[in-house]
Amino acid sequence: MTISYYPGCTMKTSATNYERSALAVAKTLGIKIVELEDWNCCGVVATLASDDLMHQLAPIRNLMQVQTKGGNKVLVLCDMCYNTLKQSEDFVQKNPDKLETINAFMDTEKPYKAGVKIIHFLEYLRDEYKFENIKKKVVKKLKSLKVVPYYGCMLLRPKVCAIDDPEEPTVLKGLMESLGAEVVDNPFKIECCGSYNTVEHKEIIAKRIYRIVKMARDSGGELIVLSCPLCRFNLDERSKLAQEIYPDFVPLPVMYYTQFMALALGLDPEVLGLEKHYVDPRPLLMKKGFLSPKEMKSGFRADR
Amino acid sequence: MIDIRAKYGDVGGKSLHKISRKDKENDLLIEVEELSGQNLYGCYQCGTCSAGCPFAEEMDLSPDTVIRYLILGKDEVLESKTIWLCASCFTCAERCPRDLSLTKIMEALRVVLLRKSKDHTDVGTCKDAMGIESGIPQMALVSVFRKNTG
Amino acid sequence: MGEKKKDEQGIKPGTITIYIMGKGVNVPSGLTIMSAIEYAGFKFVRSCGCRAGFCGACATVYRKENEHKLQFTLACQTLAEEGMYLVQLPFVPAMKALYDLENLEISGNIILQNYPEIARCVSCNTCTKSCPQEIEVMKYIQAALRGDIARCAQLSFDCIQCGLCAMRCPADIKHYHVAQLARRLYAKFITLKNEQLQIRNKDMLGGKFDAEMSRYEKMPRKELTELYKEREIEKGESI
Repeated sequence: MTISYYPGCTMKTSATNYERSALAVAKTLGIKIVELEDWNCCGVVATLASDDLMHQLAPIRNLMQVQTKGGNKVLVLCDMCYNTLKQSEDFVQKNPDKLETINAFMDTEKPYKAGVKIIHFLEYLRDEYKFENIKKKVVKKLKSLKVVPYYGCMLLRPKVCAIDDPEEPTVLKGLMESLGAEVVDNPFKIECCGSYNTVEHKEIIAKRIYRIVKMARDSGGELIVLSCPLCRFNLDERSKLAQEIYPDFVPLPVMYYTQFMALALGLDPEVLGLEKHYVDPRPLLMKKGFLSPKEMKSGFRADR
Repeated sequence: MIDIRAKYGDVGGKSLHKISRKDKENDLLIEVEELSGQNLYGCYQCGTCSAGCPFAEEMDLSPDTVIRYLILGKDEVLESKTIWLCASCFTCAERCPRDLSLTKIMEALRVVLLRKSKDHTDVGTCKDAMGIESGIPQMALVSVFRKNTG
Repeated sequence: MGEKKKDEQGIKPGTITIYIMGKGVNVPSGLTIMSAIEYAGFKFVRSCGCRAGFCGACATVYRKENEHKLQFTLACQTLAEEGMYLVQLPFVPAMKALYDLENLEISGNIILQNYPEIARCVSCNTCTKSCPQEIEVMKYIQAALRGDIARCAQLSFDCIQCGLCAMRCPADIKHYHVAQLARRLYAKFITLKNEQLQIRNKDMLGGKFDAEMSRYEKMPRKELTELYKEREIEKGESI
């Protein structure tokens, strides 16, 4: 059975490695994914004003597409896109009169009837594919890798979007353990990375990640695993600024869970796209035997 | 339970120092309540929101103070840095024991200003930021414009 | 271009009343909006260009009597109809990013870097509805936001830069400038280079034809005319 997939703008530019590894993993696991034919920017962050309909148009238009051409169910990789679409869906379900107004405004498209199922890839892997099935397909156990899960906000809050317990989530732990990795708990795993304040207040982001990454390292972690491209940007790229402001800051490499899965499932390391990261995870992976020297291509960050 | 009226006669509402919506003409509070759908009088100032807020240190007014200012009719809350530093992370909303969504209240305050064409972010500044950091993901830029420009 | 907007009932003989900036005038039916306005005695010094639907100068906003919907078209391409309330848009003061195409550092986000306001798009689709060329404007802005330069260039191909989209946009996006950048990038960096053109350019810049050209420049007119008459024409070249 094929499932529709909504990528979002960032998947096509800064997070192509996330998408590439996710699609490769899905193919190996036998999950048929088809990108939505026509989609637009989801309009992150979800609008919260009760009378604001203009900013609901972007997510609703996408959901309309899913309903008419996507089989009423959509898989999302990007945490923030997931959160925005989900909150919009909740908004129109609770306010059918406002949905009528939105449909009337978008008069050149088919009207949207609430009810699309929006599911994050992590949620799908845990609930529909099941972790024990992933474990069966693992070719190279990620033993000796001490990973620290980092969730951020968008998959856990608000309640309507939560795919796990908002204070003590375990989905990344479950996934990484099924891949054979050693999971180290991180008390700051649900702390907000700073999100879009990275554009105008990067020093605040540097402060946030100084705390989050330091705690992860002090807890005994070697690599951070996460699912959101903006968290990745903040924890990875902004570590440069954090090092400038906090001389005692030592960054940790950050990777998406799909990149870990690709390693464990024995896929070609090309698919991981690790050269797009700022803090290079490859020396550590090589040391632990997950990458061979010839797989460490030169030209780091070549396809920026 | 003492029956106040039986013991003291008709004392009227005002002398019992009860702060109620009908006492003050608080346009900003009414507008924020409408936009956010939250009953601000439900807040009992426990401070859990400020304790969990990732940016509380950088804010001039802590999140719970913002609610207090609104209730007391102090419109200078609109000039605070707090409402623009809010990242809509929902930590406060999830932890509030009174089930208030402070995230929506902050959004309402932003919306009040943005609808008066008082944008907080300039496209020009973002352009300068983009020039140096061409790797900033689209989602960051789209989010900044959603929350900080009208 | 603009054919959909013609009166489907055919042209009726006689006069019609149109309203130019609120003032009613009688004009013969069967004229384009532009001709009708000129018939009424106005002289176009702006808002008029090629008169062929290609330059984008005559952007017109109109409303039909008893309708509330504002419609958009080119004055030279649409027939004037009974009860049209008309206004021209001679100029759109949209800001254009300054860039040097020769020295651009190309990245996936190049369009976003020059026009960050495209991230403000709320997908309301007002731009598409304002386009007299029936271009899918919102789609190409979304493509630009996503870094898909090729798609943006292809979708915006018919744009004549009339500016109606930019005037209506609630997010202050300058769609036609964004599309122009996309098309320039597409042409310069993405499309295949014409090999013969490269060779020819090299020859010319290398001075292969310099001597011949200077000979012609010095030649008297009579001799030049003779030479032109005797020029080599390949068989089968004439249409």
